[in-house]
Amino acid sequence: MSILILAEHDHQSIKPVTLNVVTAARQIDADVHILIAGTDCSAAADEASKIHGITKVLKSDAPELSHRLAENLTPIIVGLADSYSHILAPATTFGKNVMPRVAALLDTQQISDISAIHDADTFDRPFYAGNAIATVKSSDAKKVITVRGTAFDPTKSEGGTSPIEDVASNGDSSLSNFVKQELSKSDRPELTSAKIVVSGGRGVGSGENFALIDALADKLGAAVGASRAAVDAGYVPNDYQVGQTGKVVAPELYIAVGISGAIQHLAGMKDSKYIVAINKDEEAPIFGVADYGLVGDLFDIVPELTEKL
Amino acid sequence: MKVLVPVKRAVDFNVKIRVKADNSGIELNNVKMSMNPFDEIAIEEATKLKEAGTVTEIIAVTIGPDKAQETLRTAMAIGADRGILVETDAPTDIGGVEPLAVAKTLKALVEKEKPDFVIMGKQSIDDDSNQTGQMLAALLNWPQGTFASKVELNDGKATVTREIDGGLETIEINLPAVITTDLRLNEPRYASLPNIMKAKKKPLDVMKPEDLNIDYTPRLSVVKVTEPPKRVGGGKVADVDELIDKLRNEAKVI
Ligand SMILES: Cc1cc2nc3c(=O)[nH]c(=O)nc-3n(C[C@H](O)[C@H](O)[C@H](O)COP(=O)(O)OP(=O)(O)OC[C@H]3O[C@@H](n4cnc5c(N)ncnc54)[C@H](O)[C@@H]3O)c2cc1C
Ligand SMILES: Nc1ncnc2c1ncn2[C@@H]1O[C@H](COP(=O)(O)O)[C@@H](O)[C@H]1O
Repeated sequence: MSILILAEHDHQSIKPVTLNVVTAARQIDADVHILIAGTDCSAAADEASKIHGITKVLKSDAPELSHRLAENLTPIIVGLADSYSHILAPATTFGKNVMPRVAALLDTQQISDISAIHDADTFDRPFYAGNAIATVKSSDAKKVITVRGTAFDPTKSEGGTSPIEDVASNGDSSLSNFVKQELSKSDRPELTSAKIVVSGGRGVGSGENFALIDALADKLGAAVGASRAAVDAGYVPNDYQVGQTGKVVAPELYIAVGISGAIQHLAGMKDSKYIVAINKDEEAPIFGVADYGLVGDLFDIVPELTEKL
Repeated sequence: MKVLVPVKRAVDFNVKIRVKADNSGIELNNVKMSMNPFDEIAIEEATKLKEAGTVTEIIAVTIGPDKAQETLRTAMAIGADRGILVETDAPTDIGGVEPLAVAKTLKALVEKEKPDFVIMGKQSIDDDSNQTGQMLAALLNWPQGTFASKVELNDGKATVTREIDGGLETIEINLPAVITTDLRLNEPRYASLPNIMKAKKKPLDVMKPEDLNIDYTPRLSVVKVTEPPKRVGGGKVADVDELIDKLRNEAKVI
């Protein structure tokens, strides 16, 4: 049977993480379909049809799908489920919101946040904040899965020419309504797909001081992240949070500035290729995972580093 | 309004866990257990709503071993009026009671207790599933307000501000509904000693999964549990110049 991917997109274009999910799907089976559910989402569907390795695009285009409400998306996916052995989505806040709803209606135990695929039934997933990896084998007839994007390379976004087929929406559930969105605007690369990430913690001290982190990030063409403490203190918005309960990142280079290295933070960044830690406390646990630790005051080090780069 | 708050007994967030030598699971003997932090936030939110007069009764529910009664007592010390333990000796982190089974148990209790809404954690910090609330909402055909950093109740609706990857989103959902908490919804209080004492006298019902006709047979069998590859850290550089040199010439990442 084929595999269905629930794509993450903004109606115009596909979110890059979807390409990582395609790679995961293709490790299970070669017949991979992708669902674009949205409003006036032809552009996103066209983009999806070009993705390498996709065999069919399903497009569900309806007004009630404009804000990705789980209550409206779920019935479409459940309606399609008969034809698929596996249904995959990225383990983003989007996928995490919708997929368990789908799984419950299919009476399937979802497998969250998979990081490796052994065979069509057997998957690895991190748990306990990534301090352990479970290999689990599912006995459910249908698998509902969310995929950790950083664990799979993105597939090529070009080269495919798959057909686009329309799928009806089930209408508005009338259970929920979208009110508004406040999205952080930034010209910097997106946190979870950036090659370099510079993150600040409580040690940065204030929102104003985060300008130091921003300046270093801009010099490196990097994304900016943060620890929970920095978010809680209001230095930066919530979507900067890296960690067990925030975003998982695995860039080539992660620079942790004024971050102690609590296990919940490490859970979100310890798979980075190289880690730099800048901290004045030489006992800070972050140095335990750092390739290049620099002990000292960030208010001296960060400006000097930015200057010399 | 009546509210149901599922609370889970899980390894304390400060504990550095160890994988069992036979790779069958996590070593839980003599490990400090606490209420899942997200569930503390859920109890706190319900308690605040009770103090504000919106909520009249808070029922805390847990699925777990006899010891999970302690978790219910903690919930009652913060503000729950009574507790229900659905007792099982099956593990609750992996290879035992899974989110789908928890959601089915909660559905059965919702049908019995008829709460106006359910507020619970977005994620257990042991299994890191982030599923149960959404599953419960689906099984009840209720709307869901997940990853909430702000909740307002009015006129049979809840306005929920959600933490999403790009920032914040606000939705309005009809009650009854399931709300799941994110970290910034509130700061849970410490239970006072008098409240801890009072909690000991609050009603606590114990039942078995069979009483609710729920099958706890896991769908996912555990092939093995391993430790992630250890990172060789601890490298130090003396100054900014050395750092730049290493990044350029050794790591070649800039
Ligand atoms: C359920 C739960 C989930 C959580 N999820 C997450 C998560 O997803 N992500 C996350 O990050 N945390 C998470 N946490 C919180 C985590 O436990 C830590 O509290 C948090 O990561 C600490 O942030 P921090 O390192 O910035 O602050 P601190 O631990 O306070 O560390 C600040 C560091 O800055 C250093 N410093 C101070 N001044 C300077 C200076 N001038 N120059 C250089 N260094 C300086 C200090 O030496 C210190 O090491 C979670 C906690 C719980 C309970
Ligand atoms: N065994 C349990 N007992 C009570 N509540 C639970 C249990 N397991 C999960 N939950 C609830 O479901 C939420 C999400 O858990 P999970 O889906 O396991 O990440 C938790 O924060 C709890 O509120």
